[in-house]
Amino acid sequence: MLELTWLIPALPLAGFVVLLVAGRRLGEPLAGWLATAAVGGSFVATAVVFLGLVAEPAAERRFGQVLFEWVPAGGFSVDLGFLVDPLSVAMCLFVTFCATLIHLYAIGYMHGDPNFTKFFVYLNLFVFSMLMLVLGDNMLVTFLGWEGVGACSYFLISFWHTSDANASAGKKAFVTNRVGDWGYMVAMFLTFTALGSIRYVDIADGAAGLTATTATAVALLLLVGAAGKSAQIPLFVWLPDAMAGPTPVSALIHAATMVTSGVYLFTRMNGVVAAAHPWVSTVIAVIGVATALVAASIAVAQNDIKKVLAYSTISQLGYMFLAIGSGAYVAAIFHMITHAFFKALLFLGAGSVIHGMADEQDMRRMGALRKLMPVTAVTYIVGWLAIAGVPPFSGFWSKDEILLFAWEKSPVLWFVGLVTALLTAFYMSRQVFLTFFGEARWDEPLEDAVPELAVERGLLPYEGENEIDDDIEQVYELDHLPHGVGPKEAIHPHESPWLMTLPLVVLAVMAAVSEIIQLPVTNTTKYLEHWLYPVVEQGEHHLTASTATKWGLAVVAIVAGAVGILGAASIYLKRRLDEQPAAPEVLRNGWYYDSGLAAFMGGPGRAAFEAVAWFDRTIIDGAVNGVATVVRVASGGLQRTQTGFVRAYAGIVTAGAVLVVFVLILRGVVL
Amino acid sequence: MLLSQFLLLSAILFSIGVYGVIVRRNGVAVLMAIELILNSVNINLVAFGAMHGNLSGQVFALFIIAVAAAEVGVGLAIILSIYRNRRSVALDELDLMKG
Amino acid sequence: MSVASLLAAADTVPAPDVEWSALSPFLVVVVGACLLLPIAGLLPRRTRVAWSALFTIAVALGAIGASAWVWHDLSRVGPTERTTVAGAYAVDKFSLFLIVVICVGVILATLLTEGYLRREDLPGAEAYLLYLASASGAIIMVTAADLIVLFIGLEVLSIAAYVLAGLHRRRLRSGEAALKYFVLGGFSSAFFLYGVALIYGATGTTNLVGIAEYLATHRLLDEGLLLAGIGLLIVGFAFKVGGVPFHVWTPDVYQGSPSPVVAFMASVVKAAAFAGMLRVVVVALSTHRLDWQPILYAIAVLSMIVGAVLAVVQSDVKRMLAYSSINHAGFMLAAVSTGADEGIAAVLFYLAAYTVLIGGTFGIVTLFGRRGDGHHDIDDYRGLARREPFLALALTIFLLAQAGTPLTAGFLAKFYVIQAVVDAGSWWLGLVAMLAATISAFLYLRIVLTMYAGVTDADVEVAEPTAEPVRRIHVPLGAKVAIAAALVLTIAIGVVPDPLTHASRTARPELVAPGD
Repeated sequence: MLELTWLIPALPLAGFVVLLVAGRRLGEPLAGWLATAAVGGSFVATAVVFLGLVAEPAAERRFGQVLFEWVPAGGFSVDLGFLVDPLSVAMCLFVTFCATLIHLYAIGYMHGDPNFTKFFVYLNLFVFSMLMLVLGDNMLVTFLGWEGVGACSYFLISFWHTSDANASAGKKAFVTNRVGDWGYMVAMFLTFTALGSIRYVDIADGAAGLTATTATAVALLLLVGAAGKSAQIPLFVWLPDAMAGPTPVSALIHAATMVTSGVYLFTRMNGVVAAAHPWVSTVIAVIGVATALVAASIAVAQNDIKKVLAYSTISQLGYMFLAIGSGAYVAAIFHMITHAFFKALLFLGAGSVIHGMADEQDMRRMGALRKLMPVTAVTYIVGWLAIAGVPPFSGFWSKDEILLFAWEKSPVLWFVGLVTALLTAFYMSRQVFLTFFGEARWDEPLEDAVPELAVERGLLPYEGENEIDDDIEQVYELDHLPHGVGPKEAIHPHESPWLMTLPLVVLAVMAAVSEIIQLPVTNTTKYLEHWLYPVVEQGEHHLTASTATKWGLAVVAIVAGAVGILGAASIYLKRRLDEQPAAPEVLRNGWYYDSGLAAFMGGPGRAAFEAVAWFDRTIIDGAVNGVATVVRVASGGLQRTQTGFVRAYAGIVTAGAVLVVFVLILRGVVL
Repeated sequence: MLLSQFLLLSAILFSIGVYGVIVRRNGVAVLMAIELILNSVNINLVAFGAMHGNLSGQVFALFIIAVAAAEVGVGLAIILSIYRNRRSVALDELDLMKG
Repeated sequence: MSVASLLAAADTVPAPDVEWSALSPFLVVVVGACLLLPIAGLLPRRTRVAWSALFTIAVALGAIGASAWVWHDLSRVGPTERTTVAGAYAVDKFSLFLIVVICVGVILATLLTEGYLRREDLPGAEAYLLYLASASGAIIMVTAADLIVLFIGLEVLSIAAYVLAGLHRRRLRSGEAALKYFVLGGFSSAFFLYGVALIYGATGTTNLVGIAEYLATHRLLDEGLLLAGIGLLIVGFAFKVGGVPFHVWTPDVYQGSPSPVVAFMASVVKAAAFAGMLRVVVVALSTHRLDWQPILYAIAVLSMIVGAVLAVVQSDVKRMLAYSSINHAGFMLAAVSTGADEGIAAVLFYLAAYTVLIGGTFGIVTLFGRRGDGHHDIDDYRGLARREPFLALALTIFLLAQAGTPLTAGFLAKFYVIQAVVDAGSWWLGLVAMLAATISAFLYLRIVLTMYAGVTDADVEVAEPTAEPVRRIHVPLGAKVAIAAALVLTIAIGVVPDPLTHASRTARPELVAPGD
């Protein structure tokens, strides 16, 4: 059964090729169904391979399939081969599972979109690249997938951002991803130089023999690569911008799969991290927890339903890096899996809401949607409880395990993680209350979102108050309204078609019960840990905490989550009771009160957002623009030498020749 | 044999040629300057050939003379074709492409 | 030596042994070139079938076949290399490998030129004749085992290339490119020659084997002459490959020359110049590696960075690609500067891959230039994916390959270079190379994204039936074949690089004393 491995990436690839060639002829919805079938088939193949692997004894669960020798001989031999082991199969299972559901959902979501077939072309290409990344038996094949997912995400951002104003988002994603790629590439060459091979099997065997300095350099370079891909400080600014693509893309690329590849990479290379100086893992943990905290506090101050989820994704990825830094590789993968389920669920749920709200994304225009969109609401609430860490939903278990390991690494890390958990519960509750509870606010356009947009679009100099009114019309006349400002007229929310709600229901079930793969009740129920242990043996930290400590930490975490939820409830739910009979005028005031409170409560969040915005503007844009400026100035100077005059060229050639001869003679004769 | 004198002469001719290529505006004059450099090489080759006592240098010089003739032929043709289009052989007027 | 003794010596000079079979690839091309002229003269000026082009392709294929035969012969009979014509002509796998690369370049350029000439309404067979003449010069260069022969090859190659640049006689830019190329090319050839003369002066011979033996056995008291000679040789080679700061001609000439000719120049001329550089500088002058290595190192770094940086700010696509070719030359120079066998293999692999890539790229650029060959501003490429989906897709693949995307020929080319550089211990050069690859990726993506900007399914459906103001691009058969072949090779080399890798590793330039 293991021989079927090649089918796992081959099916999405075939889907991609067929759609590329004949997609337009197939049209809607056939192209979508074909793409879904390809990915679904890939899931079935993965399941078969998984069963085959289970049948093997635990110590022998490592199967290589070499398609052909790609780069031959000459001291550097690389196969285009797949490595089937517990880690890669676990990754493939949830990647193909989520991807299938997301494809299905996309058929409904993209209905009527002029880019329908192109969209599925990219989705299939993306799934293929992701599977290559995960299945590759050496760093080069992984790099192939690594580049592929990056290119897909870059294409999607650039293609959906046709206006010039958004070109910078694509540029930013490109630059940060290239920085990451560069780190990965250098790490790959360094590994090859040190070990003479870049196969994961050889790396796992040889990692222990590396000198601490080499291992440290490799681990730090991998951190650069992983931080770029997995949106960690300081390379995380591209992710919120990348959310502009259609929601299924956000769910697939930016929540469930691609952004976790940095975590996967570290788990794969855990032996190298273990061989490095101990401070390396501390650096990873600190970057992770700082990312988690900063992103969570920003999420508090967002009004765009997808932006909240975007920052929440960054924050959860920070948790996974915290886990890696604390030596909790199993917990990192556990959280990656549960996160994939509940975050995909939340993104798709948000997409369903946006769909029902005629592309409105601002939560301030929502409210009381649970009555009109019951399935979406119920499934969304499951996702909310999972991410907020409410037992017995899956998110609680994985987060709790990470916090436990963090506690053993350092109580400071644990405390920051706990604060983040509280913030997470708060902003997610705020989102749910604003969207599905309270009173309906969708019949009026959101006026104060417009000025923000106007400033963004450069129509207004800066947040001036008075000159806004005249310009609102102008903003609405822009051809392509960005998110946050939906139609001006009243919206008539409705539940989404079954194609969209079915994936929501399935994902909701998974978000509720996926903790069974790693229940810390007894040692035997930790299936994931036993499953993954052979792979992460070298790096995994062994817990020493007593049962009492474990219980104590769990209770504290539950209390923190409860505080977050209750805090949000007291602000966003109570008001509903007080102000229900109020007149429209007051209602609007109430709504101002709400935004005022949000601003107040989101004080730290707003501050963090401002800080990040500043960082984005000054440092990242500065770096991007700085590079651009350096390029421009340097090229300007160089371009001036390219005068177009033959005589000047002859002069340059002569000068170069004189210099070459002079240097040669100086070095050879005089010195 | 005063080899160094030949080498000096050659070097001076070479420098004059390079100078000519850089400062002359007329295409034909630049062509002549290049010829000057080639001839400086010939002097070098013949002088070295005499010094080493083998034929290679002189044979090489003959080859260079032949090749230089071909080069001049093609060069003049190119300059002529430019002249047909623009009525000028001034190199400084050729700056359609730059940057 | 007196005249009388010279004459006496002349009587005793024996005619060298010539092993005609080993010369066969070269002979095929030269004889083909000589035959093409009368054949083309006998044909009517306008024929429906492009006989001249077909003849040129047949000649190139014949040369490839002859090379394969000699290669096989070398492997079977051994020794793996020999020289002929009194040690002036080296027959080894290195030269045979590059002859094949050169002939592939000729075939691709010929296929593209056929449609180009018809579109631009230019007369007949000169272009093909010049291709064959230039290619025979290139073949002389890659096989030369003597500096005199090398120089003749260089001149034959270059003089034909100057004329090719000015092929489009009515376009001012074409003439300007030809004159600039000619003046600077002649100028740099003169430097090169001066260098040859100095090396001859220092060692007393022009034969590469003789030079290597002399330098290995003698300790020069005054190395100034030799070092100056080496420096000027490097200048000459660096000029031909377009290494900074001897690259100044490249952008202007590439922009102005007819697009198919650029494909020829970028592949054949570069291959020949790198062959000369490898055989002379790396192999024959290996005793002075410590002297020339830093120079090549510096030129490589400058080329990679200046090429990438200046390419990004251009607005003309052909000019952009010219700077990108400087960037590519920088990569190959980096591999050359290692002076190691891996470096030579990496250069050979790169040259082969680059010939295919540049043939395909300029094939499509030729078509996009439309009549007049003038629509090369980046804005002219906007939305091309809508009107020409297949050409745009092909160009995307070629550009991604040039950027070094995995599973294409370009990836392994860059990869081998970096590997060779790192193996040789030049970590810094490796880092710069990776950085340059990162910067230059931006430029290729810029062209790709421009082509695809704002294209949706709906647009295609709307655009196709209506008689849009911009006519569909007519793709001649020759261009179709060339682009398809280049595409297949680009992917094939990327996926199954084994044969090419193996060949490039076997093809090491050898120095063999004149045969017995």
